[in-house]
Amino acid sequence: MKAVVTIFRRELVSYFSTPVAYVFIVIFLVLTGVFTFYIGNFYERGQADLIPFFSFHPWLYLFLIPAITMRLWAEERKSGTIELLLTLPVSMYQVVLGKFLAAWAFTGIALGLTFPIWITVNYLGDPDNGVIFAAYVGSFLMAGGFLSIGAAISALSRNQVVAFILTVVTCFMFLLAGFPLVLDFFYGWAPQVLIDGIASLSFLTHYSSISKGVIDFRDFIYFVALISFFLIANAILIDLKKAD
Amino acid sequence: MIVTKSLSKHYGPLVAVDGISFSVEAGEVLGFLGPNGAGKSTTMKMITGFLAPTDGSVSVCGFDVQENPVEAKRRMGYLPEGAPGYGEMTPMAFLDFVADIRGLEGDHRRRRMAYVVEHLHLDQVLHQPIDTLSKGFRRRVGLAQAILHDPEVLILDEPTDGLDPNQKHEVRTLINNMAPDKIIVVSTHILEEVTAVCTRVIIIADGRIVADDTPEGLQTRSRYHNAVTLKIDNAPDAKKLLGELDDVRRVESSEDGHLTALPKDGRVIFPSVSALARDQDWNVVDIQVDHGRLDEVFRDITTEVQE
Repeated sequence: MKAVVTIFRRELVSYFSTPVAYVFIVIFLVLTGVFTFYIGNFYERGQADLIPFFSFHPWLYLFLIPAITMRLWAEERKSGTIELLLTLPVSMYQVVLGKFLAAWAFTGIALGLTFPIWITVNYLGDPDNGVIFAAYVGSFLMAGGFLSIGAAISALSRNQVVAFILTVVTCFMFLLAGFPLVLDFFYGWAPQVLIDGIASLSFLTHYSSISKGVIDFRDFIYFVALISFFLIANAILIDLKKAD
Repeated sequence: MIVTKSLSKHYGPLVAVDGISFSVEAGEVLGFLGPNGAGKSTTMKMITGFLAPTDGSVSVCGFDVQENPVEAKRRMGYLPEGAPGYGEMTPMAFLDFVADIRGLEGDHRRRRMAYVVEHLHLDQVLHQPIDTLSKGFRRRVGLAQAILHDPEVLILDEPTDGLDPNQKHEVRTLINNMAPDKIIVVSTHILEEVTAVCTRVIIIADGRIVADDTPEGLQTRSRYHNAVTLKIDNAPDAKKLLGELDDVRRVESSEDGHLTALPKDGRVIFPSVSALARDQDWNVVDIQVDHGRLDEVFRDITTEVQE
């Protein structure tokens, strides 16, 4: 556990010692603002809730999170530090977990910095803060899902552009798994069980129920299981491809 | 102790390391020599547990690197090829990170930090990002990281590459000082380094061990071992007379007027050469005895394999 904390701390500090962190946070905050106020019609709706704010998070994450994860392993490979890191007395899982948690904490910081919108809505009206809190939790869990997918794909390819594009596509599939766009590929030939299984993988379905304020234990389990699966895949992939 | 048993590494059809077995005891400084691409770095990567061998095994201080990697890695310090480091970190932060991971604490930690900073002369760059450091400093930061926890086993992949002659000398002194109670494996392609620090040399070519000897032992394999090189300015027939000596195999002359008498089977010929010079009243302006030329031995051994 101590090793995980050490790696976590190093990673998190390193985000803030490069421009990546600041660019990401600024763009994230600007875009959430633009989406909420211009496209989500925050004022015009005249309702004291943050639905316009949260409903755009999946689409923001779709493009911003792959930008964080694409360099997760690529940089270590490029600079050769992967060799250093993996010959220290730590296990592969500690490294993978430490790096993932740092990325997750970093997106958590970006998400936390959207607090002015929460203050705004409380100033303007009388929203249900329980729902808002649940939506923040849901958004954070979803970010973790995106990150774990991105991290595993970054382990797969040492090319950052390839990692970015593959991550966007994979995350897009996960987002829309419950929608015709994805399901139409499977209708007609796949058994109904499989189609139901794929549909239940949808990020959007799980996220939208949480962001309405319903923290269903199953949605929670879903994200935790998804993250665990991709972290294990990440560790296996790095083990196989670390020398590439 | 490091024990490797028929260690092999294949990359698809390419055989990078092909059945390497050796063992190293505490107190030995083992030099890994070989042409580029011979498998030195791959072997080191397998010893340190970065790469899994295709076949064979490595154990370090009694721990199998594959079965018990964390315990084995705890006992090793490793400087990877090219001395990688996190560019955005300062050497101070980087060493702190390594000390944390290695579990160094309290007084011991402070002493070790002070030791590496002092011996690798890092004090002036401690708070500068590693990216901005010169190649020499980066190499020293990499070395500092490797020796920080005072490991029983040190694996150094080209530790002096990119250092200037003074820095090389310092790193070699450092290695020599640590040598008595440690196992040190150094890879290099600088032959002078072998005689300067190593007690034993393994030459690898095409993934196999082609020689395993002491540096002195390797030198005696040279045709120049015990050869006498001299310059005489008053004897045009010197070459012929030297060649007639009993133990001299042949005499080579160089363009600047030096003659080199090569002995038969590495015999000592200096006394007879100097007696001849005295008898003939030669005016000898320069004379030296060769211990053997490692570069020539290295070339002989490694090209034999390739042919």
